[in-house]
Formats: sequence, C-alpha cells, structure tokens
Amino acid sequence: VRDDKKIKKIKTIRIDVDKCNGCRACEVICSAFHAEPKYSSNNPARSRIRVIRDPLADIYVPVYAGDFAVAECAGRDKYTIDGKQYDECAFCRASCPSRDDFKEPDSGLPLKCDMCEGEDEPLCVKWCITDALICEEREEEVEEREDREDLEIGLEAMASKYGMQKVIDTIARLSNKD
Amino acid sequence: MRYAETGYNLEVDLTRGNIEKVATDPKDTALYLGGLGTNAKIMWDRVPPEVEPFSPDNLLIFSTGLLCGTPAVGCNRTIVTTISPQTRLLAFSMMGGFWAPELKHAGYDKVILRGKSPKLIYLWIHNGKVEIRDAAHLKGKGAVETAELLRKELKEPKAQVAAIGMAGESRVYFASIEQGRSSASRGGIGAIMGDKKVKAIVVRGTQDVHIAQPETFMALCTEVMDYIKFREENPIPGVMPILAGLGSPQEMKVHDEKWHTENFMWGNSRVRRKDFWNDEIEKEWTETMEAARTRLVSCYNCPMTCGATISIPGLPTYMMKCFTKLTYTMAAMSNLDFGLKIAQRATEYGVDGFSAPQVMAFALELYENGILTDDDFPGMPADNEGRFYWLLDRIVRREGIGDVLANGTYWAARQIGKGAEAYAHNNIKKHEQLPLKLSMLNPIYFLMYATGEKINITQIEGQFPQAPFPEREQREEFVKNWHQVPHEKFKQYFLDWELRGENSIPFYPTVEMTCDIVDWQERMHYIDDALGMCAGLSSFPLKPPYHIHNYPKFISAGTGIDMDEESLTEATRRYRTLVRAINIRRGMRREDDKPPENHWKKRFPELEATLLDAYYKMKGWNNQGIPTEAALKELGLDYVHEDFVRREIYTGGQEAPAQ
Repeated sequence: VRDDKKIKKIKTIRIDVDKCNGCRACEVICSAFHAEPKYSSNNPARSRIRVIRDPLADIYVPVYAGDFAVAECAGRDKYTIDGKQYDECAFCRASCPSRDDFKEPDSGLPLKCDMCEGEDEPLCVKWCITDALICEEREEEVEEREDREDLEIGLEAMASKYGMQKVIDTIARLSNKD
Repeated sequence: MRYAETGYNLEVDLTRGNIEKVATDPKDTALYLGGLGTNAKIMWDRVPPEVEPFSPDNLLIFSTGLLCGTPAVGCNRTIVTTISPQTRLLAFSMMGGFWAPELKHAGYDKVILRGKSPKLIYLWIHNGKVEIRDAAHLKGKGAVETAELLRKELKEPKAQVAAIGMAGESRVYFASIEQGRSSASRGGIGAIMGDKKVKAIVVRGTQDVHIAQPETFMALCTEVMDYIKFREENPIPGVMPILAGLGSPQEMKVHDEKWHTENFMWGNSRVRRKDFWNDEIEKEWTETMEAARTRLVSCYNCPMTCGATISIPGLPTYMMKCFTKLTYTMAAMSNLDFGLKIAQRATEYGVDGFSAPQVMAFALELYENGILTDDDFPGMPADNEGRFYWLLDRIVRREGIGDVLANGTYWAARQIGKGAEAYAHNNIKKHEQLPLKLSMLNPIYFLMYATGEKINITQIEGQFPQAPFPEREQREEFVKNWHQVPHEKFKQYFLDWELRGENSIPFYPTVEMTCDIVDWQERMHYIDDALGMCAGLSSFPLKPPYHIHNYPKFISAGTGIDMDEESLTEATRRYRTLVRAINIRRGMRREDDKPPENHWKKRFPELEATLLDAYYKMKGWNNQGIPTEAALKELGLDYVHEDFVRREIYTGGQEAPAQ
C-alpha cells in the first residue's frame, strides 16, 4: 500500500432547498440520461435524484442516491429547521429498505448517482434553471491510498475463514482443471 | 411498441363497478393526436346529443396529452372532457400540476368514467392495480384536505390526487376539480365528477414512458430549455410585465396590479376604478402577498414558477396561481387580504375562481336593486366581506338562494325572473367571463370571443400582441426575431398596425388578416390541448419556445409518427372541427357565437357579420357555423357528415358555404 499526496478534483452539488420550485425536472432528465439506450425512456421512479416533497408543509429537498444500505436505521430522528419538521430520511442518500427511492422499480436493485459521467456537468444541474442545484468543482489535496482490489480483499477473508493453505490448495486444484 | 403514449385507456363503469384496461387504435393517434383530440373522438362516438349532462351516459374523461410524461419541458396537462351542466356543450377544461405524467407512468393515456356510482367512492390507480374504494369518510371534505387524507390513508406520499370539494358533491355548475397547485375549473366539470359520485382519483405510477427517436427528441428539449433561459434573461420590451415573459401571467410574483385593478371591472363586472392604484395600496398589497406567499412553485418538469404556496395565519395552507389572486378581491370591492383568505375556502370547496366571485357579486347586485330581498338572504351578515363568505357557504351546499345561484348567473337569472336576466350580462354561451368591458371593438378579440369553444379568453388568445406598439421602430424591433410566425405575412400585419388612423381597430387588421391571426392563435391552443402542453410555454405568451415549426419535430421524434407542419395543421383542423361538430349536434349555431353584448361600447354589426362570415368560410363552416360536407370529407370526417344528414342538421339549404 502506497500513500501519496495528490491533487484531486472534487465535484460538489450545492443544494439550495429555498430555491427549489418542486418541478422534478431533475428526476425526469436523470432517468432519461440513464436509460438504455440513452434517452430512450424516462421514469422518475428510476431517478438517482429525488425531490423529497411535502408541498403544503413547504418541504422540498433534492437528495442524491448514495450507497446501498442492507438495513434501515434503528431509530430515525426528526429535525425542525425554520419551523418545518423534516424526517431524517429527507436528507439521507442511502438506497435502503425503508423506502422505494433509489431502487430500480421492477428489480429493486440499488441506484447510485454517478454525476452523469461523460457530461460537462450533471444534467439535473443543467435542467435546474431556478439554481436550486449548482455544481461546483474544487481542488483538494488528498492523501490517496491506492485501493486494494476486491479480489485481494475477498481472498484475505477466505484465508481467515478457511486457512491460507486450504485457499492455496483450492486455487491450485481449480487451475489444474483446465 | 407505442412511443410517448402508453396505448391503453382505463374504462371504468361506475354503475357496475367494472374496470377494464383497453388497448387503443394507433391510427387514432395519427388522426387526432391525443388529449383533447382523442377525447373529442370518444365523445362524438359515445355521447350522442340526447345525453343530458347529469345522465349516467355522459362520460367524464381524464386524459393525458400525447407528450405528457416525456421530457418535453412543461408538458404536464390533464385534459378533462365532458358535457358541461352549465353550457350543455362540450367542456374541455385542463389542469397542469403532476397528475397526467403520473397516469402515463402508471400505464394509461386516459381514464374514462361512465355510469354513476351508487355511493361516494374514490378511484385508486397504482400501476396495474386499480380499485374503486369507499369514500364515505371523505364526504364534505375539502379538495386539498381530501388529497392529504388519501395520501396518508394509502401510505403513498408520492401519489397524485385530483379531487372535488363540497361544490362538486353538490353539483354546483361551476365546481372545479382540484389537484394541489392546479385545477380544472371551467365549465363545471367538478359537478359531473360529483354527479358520478367520484370524490377523487388517486394515481401512482412507476413505469417507463418510451421515446421513438431519443437523441433527436432530447436535442429538441434542450433547445427549448435554452430558449426559456434566454427569454428569462431577455423579457420583451414595450409590453406590460405580465406579458413580457413566459409562463402564465406571473400574478404570484408581480406586485404592480395597476393594470388589472384599473382596467378590469369590479363588482358584478360593472365598475371601472380608473384612479384606484396608488402607493399606499401598492405597499399594503405587496406586504399582504409577501407575508402570505411561502414559495413560488411549478408544475411537473417546468421551470416557470407560476404558482405559489399561500399560508395565512389561522388558515390551512393552499396553493394559488394566476388571476384568482384578484377575482374575489375585485368582485367584493375589497382588498387583497380578503381575496387571499376567501380563496382558501373556495379552493377547498372546489369552485371556479372566475365564475364563483361573479355569481356572488351578481346576487348582491340583485339584492341592491330589490330583485332579491331580505327573504332570500335570511341571516346574511351586514358587512360586505361577510356576505361573500355567507353566499359561498350556501352555494356549495345548495342551501336556500345558494341552490339557485349554484347554477351560475345565466340559469339563476332565469329562475329568479323579475328582470334578473339583465344582470347576467357577462356570459358567453351561458358561461361567466373575465370582468372586462372596453370601448372600441377589436376584430381579433371579437372573433376569438365569438367562436372560441373553450369559452374562456385566456385559453384562446396569445401569440399576436394584444395591442399595436406605438412606434414603428418598436414594431420593427419586435418582428426581428419573431421566428414563431407560421408565415412571414404576420410580421407585416403587425408592422402596419397603428394605434390611431387608417390602420387601427376596428378596421385594421382587415377581415382577412383577422381571420389569419385568429386561426393561428386557435391552432396553437388546440395543438397544446392535444399534446398536454401548458399554454404558458406555447400558445399564450408572445414568442414562446414551442411553435408550429418545432412542434411537428417533437411529435415525430416522440411518437415515431411522421408529422410535418402541414399534417399537424390538418390533424388539428380535424379535431377542432370535431369539437365544433359535437356542439353543433347539441344545438349550437351562429346566434350563440357572440361576445357579451356590452363587452365593447362601440360595436360594428356589419363588420362583425363580415368577420364571422369570412372566418366560417375559412374554417369550412357554412353561414350557421356548421361544418360543410366538403370540409368534413376533406378531413376524413365522413361519419360526421352522415350523422348531420341523418339528424337533419343541415336545413333550409344552409349546406352551402358562407358567402
């Protein structure tokens, strides 16, 4: 494992909930961009950004899909901000069992925002002309570890469970099969 | 595979409680597009003229537009079609909001209600699962309240709800269908929903909507988005602020109400207050609006913030848009604070914000003039504002005089008698109009008011400036980047239009020019109504992002149906003619095609007759306004012609085209 000082470009989406007009154009364009082939269909239920809305309570929070969570949180808090009560989930990016957001509607497979790889800026930002979503790029000096490969991590887990020798023997046996 | 549309309608027989998913004929899409177009075809085929508005055989159709649910910006309208209890003609009121795209994603293009439920119910559409559910617990509940209760009851915060309030349940002739920030209000369609005992339709959909030519379609959408951004930064100079930008008139944003308050009429469309607006009122009304307005809000997939959330201390929150801001205020000769407060109650009751205030002002005018007396208003408060609340509460329950007033000014006047008819002075085809009384006849507006079968000027006008610009240089500047015109000649029409002199109203624009202008304006509205596009991004504002040159491309790329300007114009003519045919079959004739008698002080009967004759001829209608055999056959509407002949609609040799 090598540790290095590196300059990394980090994309941040600045979300201004006060500017959100609740139109959900971000959901529309996100789901269209990620359709296969691109733009061939759209469906906000597949979007990797969802506007958590409760119009009469004046709650509008655009949230991006983050990591998959196997289980939902044990306790969920309520936040009161400017007199408005938000469920903790209103700010949570997890694709989690507690809600339908950030999952493919038919298979249930989790979705994650990829900042629209290949585009100048995420399309949700481009389509949000009320500027509730603004994309910012900043440079940051980071200590970057070269990440180990998944296989190495997997093998290490196998070795700790079955013993290193047994793993080596099995790999040898499997490679001889050909 | 069907593109942009789903290819399925939901047929609900409320009498029997039967629900069917029915595949539609793709040929009808090419002929009538969708939305209003295919609704009109269904109404023609299935609702003959003998069917009374409150008959179980009347249909109530909730339709998405052809491009709703695609990424086409601002395409979110639900087109609700039925026979109106008030006009007894085809009503096709529309609402923006979020309902139509949700229905597309649930897998349906339309919900077609027929029959009558024996008890109050609501419809729950969740993708393939559709249920008729008991709504006894929602009886008498507000429309906004109902939507909130249903989302909680179904544990579906993302469901979209179209609901009626007490007015719809009581079959008030100007009852609306409410849907959060939007409503389908005109023509009393909420009364038909109430008559069918449907309190609400709740929809949740999570399925894909497909696009035929994805890259092309998205490039068109991006162009529209870029143009909207450009127009937001570059308002049109020389016109009043509410006409300078895109979207519905920005009533929730704009505080300067000098123009509306001084040019529109107050009370029962009677009094013009020429020096009403001053600094003090501007300050007070600005404070009222800013205190009440918590946020400017949009419809689905649209950046224009035409609506607002209104929260007044002590009252439930509601959402408002456009001109309802002033209708109650001006009908009651009161202030904005009163207008915003009573609109909250009116929205929960579900009444049309144009008709309801006028009906109440009409009742009080009859009272002041002794036609209605104290006996008709037992217990009515003495103060003006209190009276409006008192009347509203009785109308929506059809209690006492409210039962008569609930039929709108036209029918109420006839029931009351004693000369009350003269007070129902602001109607077209029995339907209350904007409170506007002007001096010199405007030929363009004359034709739009007379022949527009949506019977609501804001959904007929647009595109062409409402008045000439004073200086030629201004006009030259205006036409420079006017790419929306269907033909270059429209630029010349506008360039030569003067405020005074030979080239001014009523004789300029000439009869021929006027017909061209009105036909263009009407065509754009009819296209919007089939596609589900908001008029605020297309047919209403000056220089809109959608127009006759890019619409065919949107339809072709979206649906895969080849469409050019000519074939789109022809399809539009087809269902526009069908709308007229439905109304002709229900008895509408030339004598009904007229504005309120006192709309203009200076009238020109000969010119008006010439205008109607010429416009009818251009449309392929005879001098009674009936589509001719030739016009019908040219549009492939042979079946309409056959029906007209069978019903002896053409009588006394009137089949000949207008002279």
